[in-house]
Amino acid sequence: MSEHVRAVHPEPDMVQLLTPEGQRVTHPEYSLDISDDDIAGLYRDLVLVRRIDTEAIALQRQGELGLWASLLGQEAAQIGSGRALKPHDMAFPTYREHGVAWCRDVDPLTLLGLFRGTNLGGFDPREHNFNLYTIVIGAQTLHATGYAMGIVRDGAVGTGDPQRDTAVLAFFGDGASSQGDVNEAFVWAGAANLPIVFFCQNNQWAISEPVERQSRVPLYQRALGFGFPGVRVDGNDVLACLAVTRRAMDDARSAQGPTLIEAYTYRMNPHTTNDDPRRYRLGSEAETWKLKDPIERVRAYLAREAGFGADFFADVEAESLKLAEHIRRGCRELPDPTPMSVFENVHVTMPAELRTQRDEFVDFVAEVGA
Amino acid sequence: MTAPITQPVTMAKALNEGLRKAMEADDKVVIMGEDVGKLGGVFRITDGLQKDFGEHRVIDTPLAESAIIGTAVGLAIRGYRPVCEIQFDGFVFPGFDQIVNQVAKFHNRSAGMVKMPITIRIPSGGGIGAVEHHSESVETYFAHTAGLKVVACSDPSDAYWMIQDAIADDDPVIFIEPKRLYHAGKAAIADAPTPLYQARVTRPGQHVTVAGYAGCVPTMLEAAKVAAEDGIELEVIDLRSVSPLDTPTVLESVQRTGRLIVVHEAPRSFGPGAELAARVTEEAFYSLEAPVLRVAGYDTPYPPSRLEHEWLPNLDRILDTVDRILEY
Repeated sequence: MSEHVRAVHPEPDMVQLLTPEGQRVTHPEYSLDISDDDIAGLYRDLVLVRRIDTEAIALQRQGELGLWASLLGQEAAQIGSGRALKPHDMAFPTYREHGVAWCRDVDPLTLLGLFRGTNLGGFDPREHNFNLYTIVIGAQTLHATGYAMGIVRDGAVGTGDPQRDTAVLAFFGDGASSQGDVNEAFVWAGAANLPIVFFCQNNQWAISEPVERQSRVPLYQRALGFGFPGVRVDGNDVLACLAVTRRAMDDARSAQGPTLIEAYTYRMNPHTTNDDPRRYRLGSEAETWKLKDPIERVRAYLAREAGFGADFFADVEAESLKLAEHIRRGCRELPDPTPMSVFENVHVTMPAELRTQRDEFVDFVAEVGA
Repeated sequence: MTAPITQPVTMAKALNEGLRKAMEADDKVVIMGEDVGKLGGVFRITDGLQKDFGEHRVIDTPLAESAIIGTAVGLAIRGYRPVCEIQFDGFVFPGFDQIVNQVAKFHNRSAGMVKMPITIRIPSGGGIGAVEHHSESVETYFAHTAGLKVVACSDPSDAYWMIQDAIADDDPVIFIEPKRLYHAGKAAIADAPTPLYQARVTRPGQHVTVAGYAGCVPTMLEAAKVAAEDGIELEVIDLRSVSPLDTPTVLESVQRTGRLIVVHEAPRSFGPGAELAARVTEEAFYSLEAPVLRVAGYDTPYPPSRLEHEWLPNLDRILDTVDRILEY
């Protein structure tokens, strides 16, 4: 077990712009031109998405959700990358990108249907340019690649018009990096120079399997073999994640091709609410990572370096409580689907056989109900 | 749709012309697959299309079937209408996950808000002396998957019209092309299509209904000719669509003949024949003079090519089954 305990010190090749202690530091290649007010905005995002997560876990414990995949510890990776998106960019999440959804103005309640069992996703990805959650590991990276092919065919890349040039941000995890689909996505995106950024949240664990089971080399180094740059960023540093993703997305929009970003972070909670990490990892590992908490460092910076006082933090806390109430009430009010709805939207045009089955079911339900 | 071609053509040419018409009709139609560009596909079905429509619309893909399907999903989300070519039936399986979990379900998962108008063309079945994995009948896997439609052409005219209708359909369609018929002969293109999901009585008869699809249809018609010499009139139905199955057309026939034989290359157990037998038993039990019989591939791996003609539902096996069904 102990060999899986990781060094506290950042890797020398890892981009960091805000230390765990809340000090802004420079990086020779990446800088971020950002005001303290905007950093305060990121702080608000981080706090609120952690609250979404906390509430969802509580709702699962109360039986209101069947399952929840927690983002705890990964807030900075998701907010930093999510805030690098322009409205017309497209994001392809896994099932854990609640923070990215937040950046896309997706109401958290929209995400809950899948976990409550009231729908299978149930929203239009084009409404917020945020795809449906994808549970099959890595499958969405190919959808993202195909979407990027569409962008190229629409002539929406490399025109120099910031309102037109578009890129795709594809999310996946360290475990998914072993999937064929992810590697095929790399091959295609590289060979066709597609406007796509692959954002890997290496949270160190694929359920019970440490990242060492997935790769002999640091994940970001894989990009070289596919012919595009790879960069490792401190995934708990929202400023670094924003800077690195922004650069990569700019490159993609301007027809310079894909980038692989490995956000080095940690899954503080179990894989999902059904998982028990005590069986496979030491608690001390999480304790070590707590010292690198993505929110505390921003709070420390704002309080110590930027002069944000108690009022600001109280306001964010008040907003967080309001959001919690919205989630708690909204979750319980999510409408249950009608039994007949399972037959809807299987096809655009319902085949006769399915209509027959539906009618049988309607009759049966009516009879039993009578 | 524009007026069909006037000269008799092979099925390969008919598909090529149908694809061309579909691309002309909708500039969101893109063709993607291995070797579909300059080569025109290993069967030349996409011959000349890249030259005329450009590399952006006829895409030579890397050799990765999961990616051919997975990227088609992304293109569909972006508003495109992809037509994927799987080079040979046995190579669809690397793309199986994307077809079953994504293509088939995406419309449903999005509560009907996103359409997946993807056509997946699969040169299918045996009879060409190929090496292993090149002669499979994969339609049953997809017919068993909610959200997919599965159709199969059996002559040039259907090939021409059906490929256009499949591409125009807003639902995902698995398009089975019986590869041994690609160059089996020329035929004229009908002035108008038979609706895509409708079976067709290809030869009327009153004694036994024989229903099948794809590469088996010519064999069924040949059997009907031979049987007629003995005074037995087979009614041959080209099912054309495996899913949805056009049950009413088959029922109408069976209610007259009282006897049904289903023919397909796909292995017999749990195949389309079993489904059709169940439906006919449920809907026309009192019309049946005999149990529904099946002439199908056996529940074995597809055999080495030197054995395939004995293994396939050939003329003798169909005629033997006609004899058996008339003994009841």
